[in-house]
Amino acid sequence: MSQTNGDWDLYEVFIRSKNGMSHKHVGSVHAADDAMALQNARDLYTRRSEGVSIWVIASKNITASDPGDSAALFEPAADKVYRHPTFYTIPDGVKNL
Amino acid sequence: MYTTDLRTAEEKAKARASEPKDMITDTAGDAAFQTRIDNDEFIEPKDEMPEAYRKTLTRQISQHAHSEIVGMLPEGNWVKRAPSLRRKLILLAKIQDEAGHGLYLYSAAETLGTSRGEMVNALHSGRAKYSTIFNYPTTTWADIGAVGWLVDGAAIVNQIPLCRTSYGPYARAMVRVCKEESFHQRQGFEIMAALAGGTLEQKRMAQDALNRWWWPSIMMFGPTDAESSNSEQSMAWKIKRFSNDELRQRFIDQTVPQAEAIGLKIPDPDLKWNEERQSYDFGPLNWDEFWAVVKGDGVANRDRLEARQDAYSEGAWVREAAEAYAEKQANAAVAAE
Repeated sequence: MSQTNGDWDLYEVFIRSKNGMSHKHVGSVHAADDAMALQNARDLYTRRSEGVSIWVIASKNITASDPGDSAALFEPAADKVYRHPTFYTIPDGVKNL
Repeated sequence: MYTTDLRTAEEKAKARASEPKDMITDTAGDAAFQTRIDNDEFIEPKDEMPEAYRKTLTRQISQHAHSEIVGMLPEGNWVKRAPSLRRKLILLAKIQDEAGHGLYLYSAAETLGTSRGEMVNALHSGRAKYSTIFNYPTTTWADIGAVGWLVDGAAIVNQIPLCRTSYGPYARAMVRVCKEESFHQRQGFEIMAALAGGTLEQKRMAQDALNRWWWPSIMMFGPTDAESSNSEQSMAWKIKRFSNDELRQRFIDQTVPQAEAIGLKIPDPDLKWNEERQSYDFGPLNWDEFWAVVKGDGVANRDRLEARQDAYSEGAWVREAAEAYAEKQANAAVAAE
């Protein structure tokens, strides 16, 4: 029996569906190393021409925000409506602004 | 099917008894969680959730994953004997999809904190359940048609609402699965249509497959609503959005005209269009058989598990080699620095 029982590192998979689009998270795979992660991602997530480019990264290398911190992180933006163009009053008839 | 708790009453009681007492209630937290669900919010992996929600989902998603993996076995039985190269290529692609679906689902379940290794161990040791349908044998080529048409057809009816299930990773996995699944059903129906339009013997083979697969397929939706004790909580959590009986009726209503279109007869003497309900009435289901198969009395239960265990143990050298190679590459990289 192998040492890890086949429970290798988890990798997150990102696919660019076509040039001009950004890579988007599609799911995850397990692999013994980076090269295998790429190969597995190719086999699992692009069986129907879903992509032209793949990124894989070991999940343990991702730093993520904690949902518990959501209020502290994201609520301050809610009262800064002046960051949106609709906040401003423009006289009728003024164009291209 | 996939939303059905296939544990027996004893297994459920045992699981309840083993739960730690301090887990039971966090009333304020549970109420806040229910409010999020009621507002149709998706729940994501690191969000707070009641322990029972986590457990229900882990069981359901892993059971769904196991079903996809075990589901490859009855079809694999016919790869070498597919009647043409075209059919063989299609069958291989379908089986590969099933493996993919299993992997999407294991990943979704892992986000709840159980490793894939633990889930696979639970399957191999017989602790975990999978859909009862895969414990029926595929004895003729027409069975491959019937499986695609009926079993995948029933799976689609079950899985479309799961694309909006409340747990984000599960819903996203289901979106991918549903996109891929409709080819499975169409290729099965095409096999049945070809046989039904063939020689008398071929037509008989198709009808025989329909006769054997019809009842198990409509039982895939799980016990009737009156008997389905866990459904209410799953509905409240929006894990499940339609009852077993609603989904079963939907499947029957859409499948009967398909059978008629290719001249096959649904093996139910009580099947009759009900003008008032705008649905088909159908005969009683044999739930004793359903539970017998769940408990392991199906023709193929033991074969299925042995095939999975063998595949796993015979693949050990591949895993070991991959690990040795990875280690060697990593050491070489360090040495080169």
